[in-house]
Order: sequence, then structure tokens, then C-alpha cells
Amino acid sequence: MTGPHRAKTSSVALAAVAVCCAAFALACGPDYYEIPIETPIQPKMDVTPFQRVLVVGFVAGGSEDVDANQETVRLLRSQLRTKSSLKVIDADILQLIDVAREQGAATPANAPDDVTSGATPSVRPSQTFALPKDIKDEKDLEPYERLFANTAYWKRIGEEFQNPLIVTGTVLFSSRSTSGFVQRDQETYDSLGRRIVRPVRTYMERKGFILQPKFVFIDGRTGATMYSERYREEILYNAQQNTPALSSYFELMDRLVPNFLSALSSQKIRGTRVLLK
Amino acid sequence: MKVSVVALVAAVATLAAAPSFADAKSDAKTQVEFGINVAQRGLWREAIYRWQKATEIDPTYAAAYNDLAIAYEHEGQLDKARKAYEKAIELDPNNTQVRQNYELFKEINDRTTQGKDK
Repeated sequence: MTGPHRAKTSSVALAAVAVCCAAFALACGPDYYEIPIETPIQPKMDVTPFQRVLVVGFVAGGSEDVDANQETVRLLRSQLRTKSSLKVIDADILQLIDVAREQGAATPANAPDDVTSGATPSVRPSQTFALPKDIKDEKDLEPYERLFANTAYWKRIGEEFQNPLIVTGTVLFSSRSTSGFVQRDQETYDSLGRRIVRPVRTYMERKGFILQPKFVFIDGRTGATMYSERYREEILYNAQQNTPALSSYFELMDRLVPNFLSALSSQKIRGTRVLLK
Repeated sequence: MKVSVVALVAAVATLAAAPSFADAKSDAKTQVEFGINVAQRGLWREAIYRWQKATEIDPTYAAAYNDLAIAYEHEGQLDKARKAYEKAIELDPNNTQVRQNYELFKEINDRTTQGKDK
């Protein structure tokens, strides 16, 4: 008789302790609270003098699978249409490589805004030659940078489109392959059926793409550069995976577009933080 | 005799100070809790006021600095947020939640500065 009675008493006592613990925990409450926040990011430059924006074109190079000039202009125009207050001008996309080459050929050797001013006229042909038609890497892009400093040219473009904010720059989208050890999680199950995740290092051959854009913002009223920024994003896949270049391009641009937009319009970045007691 | 008098005075002083120190801690905690309450209702400016008060009452209260940093972040005052996070980490370097908040903040803060050419 005493056995079951004692057992009953101890289980009642245990239940009472559990109830007390629960009540105590409830009374104290949690020590932390997750809270959603929205961080406002101010635009990096003042675009209030402009009502319109012209994404004019880019000096682009790298992979031939993607026309980085066309795709970048199209993507930025559509993003600006939906996510900025500026009116987007629909105009023909300029082939800036050709524009730069024409300018290189047309500029007189002793032009005052020529970076090689003071050089002898005999230097001229080699300088024109210094603008490579096929842009494969960053070095090939460098000579084209002069184009963005040609205020007279940009002022003329600005006048043509009623003084908008001009967006231009360079885009290098190139393929990349690499091999080496990479760490990845390996999932196994033990004899009791428990899931175990272990980091393992395996040798892999990978290929992918690198996107290196430089965005240049030009004041269409003066032709002067207001602001510029450059980025680098990279994506690598297993060598067996066959990912089209264009989808990789969009995946990489997707990472950069918020940065581009934050240059000219205020953005709100949503996130979650932990408040502590 | 003299030593024991000094010891006695010190003991009395410590005992007398203890409740006021405990009161200050408790006041700061009350401010922090109130701040959390109003922040959850979206009243971030009031929350900032409360958490600032908490840090004034108890300058060693890491949680108050953490919460203040979050509020500054929400208000777009990124410099102030960074300073508050750094203070919270200085006071409680092993707190993973503060560190995690700070890492997320840095990601956003870097986004505002990265890529800039001129």
C-alpha cells in the first residue's frame, strides 16, 4: 500500500516543482526579443537638380557570351524606372568603345584637355592604337577612362537630352576557372539515425564569372563627373554544372543593383536584430 | 583599535552604498525594459530616450548600449549606432547576440561606403 502512495506523492511534488519553475520563467520573461528594423540609407549624391536620368551606355568587355553594354543599360533603366523618382530617358544605347576610338583619332595632338599634352605629334598614332578593340581585362579598359573626363562631349550629350543626370561607366564580365580544396558540409546518419553534419575538404574544379562594373554619374548640365564607384562580384560553380553566362550575369548584377540605386535614391534595408534586457 | 574602527566605517559605507547601487541597476533595467516595450510598438525615438537614460544611470550596462545601437540603426544614424555597438562589445565581449547584431550592422554600413571612387 505504501509503495504506490509514495510514488504518487513524489510525482505530485515533481509536478508542483515544474509548475513553480514555469511560473518563475514566465514571471521573469525572456532576456532577448527579436525585432524587425528598417535601416534608411541616404543617397550618396544629391540628385535633386535632376528630373531625368539617361543611362547612356558602357564601355564593356570580357566574355563574348553576353553583351554587357546592352544588358547593363537595359537592367539599370528598368531598375531606375521602378525604384527611383527620376524619369528614365529611352534613347538608343551608345557604343562607347566606338565613341572613344573616334575621339582618340579626332583629338589634335596639342589639345589642351589631352592627358598626353606636351607629347610630340609622333606619339599620336601609338595613342590611338592604345585603345584596344577587344577588351579582355582591366588593363584593356584603362585607356577608355579618358572618355569620362571629356566634359565637352558629355555636356553635348546633356544638351541633347535637356540636361539629365547621365549614367555611364565600364563593365567587365569575364569567365573564370579555378581548382583547389573547398570546404563543404557532409551530412551523415549514425547508427541511432541521428543526423550529423561534418565539414569536409574536397578537391574541386570550378568555373564561373567575375563582374566588375564601374558606374560613373555625370552632370548633364556641365559634363563633369559627379560621382563614381566600382564593384567586383564573383560566382563559381562546380565545373560539371553548365550555367548560362547570361543567368550568371543577372545573378551578379542582382547583388550590385542595391548599391547602384543607393547612389541616387534613399533605400530602406530590412533586417532583424536582437534587443537585450 | 584604530584599525577596527576604520574597518567598521568601511563596512558601514559599503553596506550603505550597496542598496543605492542595486537601485541604480534596477532603474537602468526598468528603463531598458520600457524601451523594449515602446520599440516593439514602433516608438523608436522614445526607446532611444529610455536606453540613453539607462546608459547614463548604469554606464556598464552592455544590453542598454546594444539596444541603443539597434535604435540608432533603425533611425539611420549609423555613426552613433557603430559607437554604441562597439561600447556594448567592449563591456560584454563574449555576448554572441551583440556580436551578431554588430556583424549585420557592419554589412549595411559597408554597403554605404564600398565601391566609392570619389
